[in-house]
Amino acid sequence: MNLPKDLKYSEEHEWVKTEGEKVRIGITDFAQSELGDIVFVELPEVGDEIEADEPFGSVESVKTVSELYAPLSGKVVEVNEELDDSPEFVNESPYDKAWMIVVEPSNEEEIDELMSADEYEEMVSED
Amino acid sequence: MSKELKRTPLYPLYTRYGAKTVDFGGWELPVQFSSIKEEHRTVREKAGLFDVSHMGEVEVTGEGAFPFLQYIVTNDLERLKPGKVLYTPICNEKGGVKDDFLIYQLKASHYLLVPNAANAEKVVRWLREQAPDDVTIADRSATYALLAVQGPLAASIIQTMTETDIQDIPFFRFQEKVVVAGIEVLLSRTGYTGEDGFEMYTSHENAPLLWEELLEAGKTKGLLPCGLGARDTLRFEACLPLYGQEISESISPLEAGLTFAVRLKKNSDFIGKSALIEQKKTGLSRKICGIEMMDKGIPRTGYDVLNEDGKRIGLITSGTQSPTFQKNMGLALIETPYTEKGSTLYVRIRKKTLKAVVVPMPFYMRERG
Repeated sequence: MNLPKDLKYSEEHEWVKTEGEKVRIGITDFAQSELGDIVFVELPEVGDEIEADEPFGSVESVKTVSELYAPLSGKVVEVNEELDDSPEFVNESPYDKAWMIVVEPSNEEEIDELMSADEYEEMVSED
Repeated sequence: MSKELKRTPLYPLYTRYGAKTVDFGGWELPVQFSSIKEEHRTVREKAGLFDVSHMGEVEVTGEGAFPFLQYIVTNDLERLKPGKVLYTPICNEKGGVKDDFLIYQLKASHYLLVPNAANAEKVVRWLREQAPDDVTIADRSATYALLAVQGPLAASIIQTMTETDIQDIPFFRFQEKVVVAGIEVLLSRTGYTGEDGFEMYTSHENAPLLWEELLEAGKTKGLLPCGLGARDTLRFEACLPLYGQEISESISPLEAGLTFAVRLKKNSDFIGKSALIEQKKTGLSRKICGIEMMDKGIPRTGYDVLNEDGKRIGLITSGTQSPTFQKNMGLALIETPYTEKGSTLYVRIRKKTLKAVVVPMPFYMRERG
């Protein structure tokens, strides 16, 4: 399982990368592998507010729809428009080409509550 | 999951081929081996191998078997003869579908029915309730394993494994006691993918060896193990109904567009006949039709379908992104006035109302050589 050490992880299988004042968000390698071929990604728009633990979008595989749950609260400042035409990036490159949104967090403490790579790995291997 | 899941005799082989399994109506079955899209493409272009051993098998025998089954099914068994297969729904008194299955005529007094796994027990019970004394119903589901090889290269792969000339078996015909890789099977030219292909009924104990031999023989031709995910997208593109979605106890075979398998003029009464005749006479109030999304979004089972004024006119029964056409498509049960090809309708997808258009069915039809 590919789990970069410099990222933080949520229970809902999102990764969070701190970039100065902002964070970049996507879904984990484990999540994409569980979902199978991703054929559609629905994301919020720039300027939307997202709230921790609430859905902010969805990813659809051939078989199912899965909601994306916000790992933290904040304002969306960037959205990966490329996933519109290339949803397969989520399978091919979950931590790089398939970043989903960049957010300005409204509550920095929420970042500290996320899991480390080791903690996340422990969680998913318990399933 | 409190109840223990049932497994087919091929279960021990799944992990070797990378299967991801799911609970499918109480069975632990592979949803995919490599990827649904890749498996789907392989079946359309080459060939795929499916374990469908969860399907039920019911033998109906006896002097009264023919008239009894004529009374149970909506299709006309006069169209059968030994060596032929017939697809048919069976209905309840109200004309709703109890199940749909293939019937194999082995002899005039001996038939093999292949109900859906989830309906097998219900079908056996239903048959026993109706059966006269000169008919015997035997549930053989635990005896048979069933492997399907589907795709344009299916016949050429199997031909390398048997001395029987299988090209002589036309679509919807079968042969008993065909020896494939030294294993005796009932070889049937049928399937649920919209492609040419074969289904092989064999014993539980022979199934794992047959699976391995097929994959070995098909290796150079690109044969891949395929899961239920691809089986579903393949049957969806071919617009073959799935029980519980396009058909159910409350949906009639006429509404589902299965008129070719409902013989209202056959020379015998059958369960549901009067309800279906009445339905045909008054006209269908709703029908299954095909839709393609114009706006971005994927229709899924159970989503509401609306007209221009926002009135609910039906629901999506199946939907996905068609792997062959890369379009978001659906099957929908909607009020008849809206089922004209080219009609605009709307699908409620989560918080959005997205535009779709009615398109012809089937979405996919293979070229027949």
